[in-house]
Amino acid sequence: MSLAPAEVEVEAEVDEPGTDEAAVPDRPWVVIVWNDPINLMSYVAFVFQKLFGYSKEKAHKLMLDVHHKGKAVVSSGTRERAELDVFRLHEHGLWATMQHDT
Amino acid sequence: MLWKRRITRARNGDIRLRLPDEERELLGGLPGQLRALLRDDPDDPALRRLFPPAYSEHPQNESEYRRLMGDELMERHLSALAVLEETVRTDHLTDEQAHRWLAALNDLRLVLGTRLDVSEEPIGDDVAADPDDPEVAALGLYHYLSWLQEQLVEALSS
Repeated sequence: MSLAPAEVEVEAEVDEPGTDEAAVPDRPWVVIVWNDPINLMSYVAFVFQKLFGYSKEKAHKLMLDVHHKGKAVVSSGTRERAELDVFRLHEHGLWATMQHDT
Repeated sequence: MLWKRRITRARNGDIRLRLPDEERELLGGLPGQLRALLRDDPDDPALRRLFPPAYSEHPQNESEYRRLMGDELMERHLSALAVLEETVRTDHLTDEQAHRWLAALNDLRLVLGTRLDVSEEPIGDDVAADPDDPEVAALGLYHYLSWLQEQLVEALSS
């Protein structure tokens, strides 16, 4: 016996190739953190550890990349994942943007 | 004793605050000031670092992202300020509260630092510090908040 409704929900989403950027699976989105003169170095490394679960060493290295090279890629993945990461970085006051990997 | 450490990890695991009354007074007044700025003058350029663009090269994606996430981001900033304000008189913070303090202190520094146009260059001693200059006072506050934030990061990491 099934309690499911008689009408089965049909996947309504239709892929529109060429218009939906998320439909390109082999080009992940990357999240970039940019250097800025206000955020403390120790704080930036701390946020990388907290948000991404990176080791102290990895977080410190990423922070130094941001500081010395001006930016660093801190995470990558689907567009949804990248938007979430960017949001959490903005919540913590870091200057983060996202773009398609090239 | 003036620069005695204000924030440490207590033996019971809490974050311990040892703040003189005048510093609590000062800190307690800041969330209201930033809240007023967010409410009355949301386009003030000093606030731009609190709402950076996610899609810097794609205006259409950016406006969509802003429409979906802008209110939520504002909410997070306001809630961190509220936690700082509500707990500024206590001696102990939970880690959760301390993380909100960290976010609030950072937001205040971002706004002050943007207003003051701070750079990474250390400020030279040759700059005559006029105590009546409001910029000098604001810079003092900025460095005080940075000092507290460093201690908070260290305490939370230990």
